[in-house]
Amino acid sequence: MEWNMNLMREAVTLVSFAAFLGIVIWAWSGRRKSQFDAAARIPLDEDDQPVNLRGDRS
Amino acid sequence: MQAQTYNYSVVRQFAVMTVVWGVVGMLAGVIIAAQLLWPELNFDLPWFSYGRLRPLHTNAVIFAFGGCALFASSYYIVQRTCQVRLFGGPLAAFTFWGWQLVIVLAAITLPLGITSGKEYAELEWPIDILITLVWVSYAVVFFGTVIKRKVAHLYVANWFFGAFILTVAVLHLVNSAALPVSFWKSYSAYAGVQDAMIQWWYGHNAVGFFLTAGFLGMMYYFIPKQAERPVYSYRLSVVHFWALIFTYMWAGPHHLHYTALPDWAQSIGMLFSLILLAPSWGGMINGIMTLSGAWHKLREDPILKFLIVSLSFYGMSTFEGPMMSIKTVNALSHYTDWTVGHVHSGALGWVGLVSMGAIYYMLPRLFGLREMWSTRLINVHFWISTVGIVLYIAAMWIAGVMQGLMWRAVSDDGSLTYTFVEGVKATYPFYAIRLLGGVLYLSGMLVMGWNVAKTIAAGRAVEPVIPSAGPAMAAAGHAASVAHA
Repeated sequence: MEWNMNLMREAVTLVSFAAFLGIVIWAWSGRRKSQFDAAARIPLDEDDQPVNLRGDRS
Repeated sequence: MQAQTYNYSVVRQFAVMTVVWGVVGMLAGVIIAAQLLWPELNFDLPWFSYGRLRPLHTNAVIFAFGGCALFASSYYIVQRTCQVRLFGGPLAAFTFWGWQLVIVLAAITLPLGITSGKEYAELEWPIDILITLVWVSYAVVFFGTVIKRKVAHLYVANWFFGAFILTVAVLHLVNSAALPVSFWKSYSAYAGVQDAMIQWWYGHNAVGFFLTAGFLGMMYYFIPKQAERPVYSYRLSVVHFWALIFTYMWAGPHHLHYTALPDWAQSIGMLFSLILLAPSWGGMINGIMTLSGAWHKLREDPILKFLIVSLSFYGMSTFEGPMMSIKTVNALSHYTDWTVGHVHSGALGWVGLVSMGAIYYMLPRLFGLREMWSTRLINVHFWISTVGIVLYIAAMWIAGVMQGLMWRAVSDDGSLTYTFVEGVKATYPFYAIRLLGGVLYLSGMLVMGWNVAKTIAAGRAVEPVIPSAGPAMAAAGHAASVAHA
């Protein structure tokens, strides 16, 4: 049984490593570029300054 | 139809308590630093002795100050980047009052000596159950908000907050498993070296997820906002996230070098700690380079100073950590004040400064103002704190390396060159410098408290209307502002 457990542990390690490499390749693929550029602007595309100090936005 | 508003009241509550608990926790730190210098300050009172107050200090700064900063910023960021009100209605308020109750119970039980004896998890089982309830509610509120978001893409800061919430839940449940023998006493469910390994699996991931992942979430939101530039590389932020997730979990054994823990486990801990250098520095570079092309802002904007300098300390301590995890280095550093210096370079420099920057950013907005009452005082706070940190960590580095060298020094006849107390005596002046550094850091926090109080007095609580689903958000990619609904 111990052998099987260790085989499983090795498999999980390798699968995790492969998954990570997959993420890196995915993130650096050219097609992601425009989507990532848009995503990076999410915080900037909305204005969180109070619009009017004496306004009635409360 | 009544326009929906953001839930700012819970953010306000947590933001204000961040400052209050910051002062309390850092004051506790200054008291115990003074006790190390002048042991008479124990006053022979058991509840006021170093051993009781030290866990009070660590719990107050990590879970009260840091915890409230995390709640406040995660609630602020998840709402603003998902463009929806917090999910769960009164559940968010429950997380606030529940968390404050946990803190108050900690402040009562720890000085009374009620403790499970696990570092950074000292609270006894009834409080652990309350923490679990609050944390599950936190997860429901946060992930519920994420699920009902109106912005298609989930911004990277939320990924870090999500990982922090999820991982801390797992860590807390596993490490706090205990057998109660009375209402205020329990014993760990694990024994011997397994208990030690689970404790430091918890302990190091508390650093990695409580004290890092969530604060990286702050970095990925507040630095772009304050610098008014998108993050340097979004794809790097994605890889940064997954690299941290895949590696942090395995670094814990470096806390148990040269113990009964099997040697291979120690080596794995060391190896993963060294690997961690890559994602840590990737993240740091990503944050700092966000200012690329706009470095002048760092000169003019004290909030950016807080945020960017916090990243420099993050880089320093995440370089130092892997080095200290190398077994031969650890043989010198472990059990010395070098460890204390390392922790405080991360805690005061990284976690502290980034939280303060985040609060300075959010607070005026939460009270309907454009900026803090005094920008000059933010600058004063920054410089007092920075000088305090440098004094603190430099003193502890020198003291720690000196202690390590004295402890291992052997005379020609094979006997130890120094008695233990000689090492203590040699450390004495450095404890004075450390106390000075701590007093400066606390003073900075008091300046912040004053500035925050004046800001609150000048403003009023606001609940801004959520902009109707803007085209710019749906088809993200355009810079058009949609906030003025």
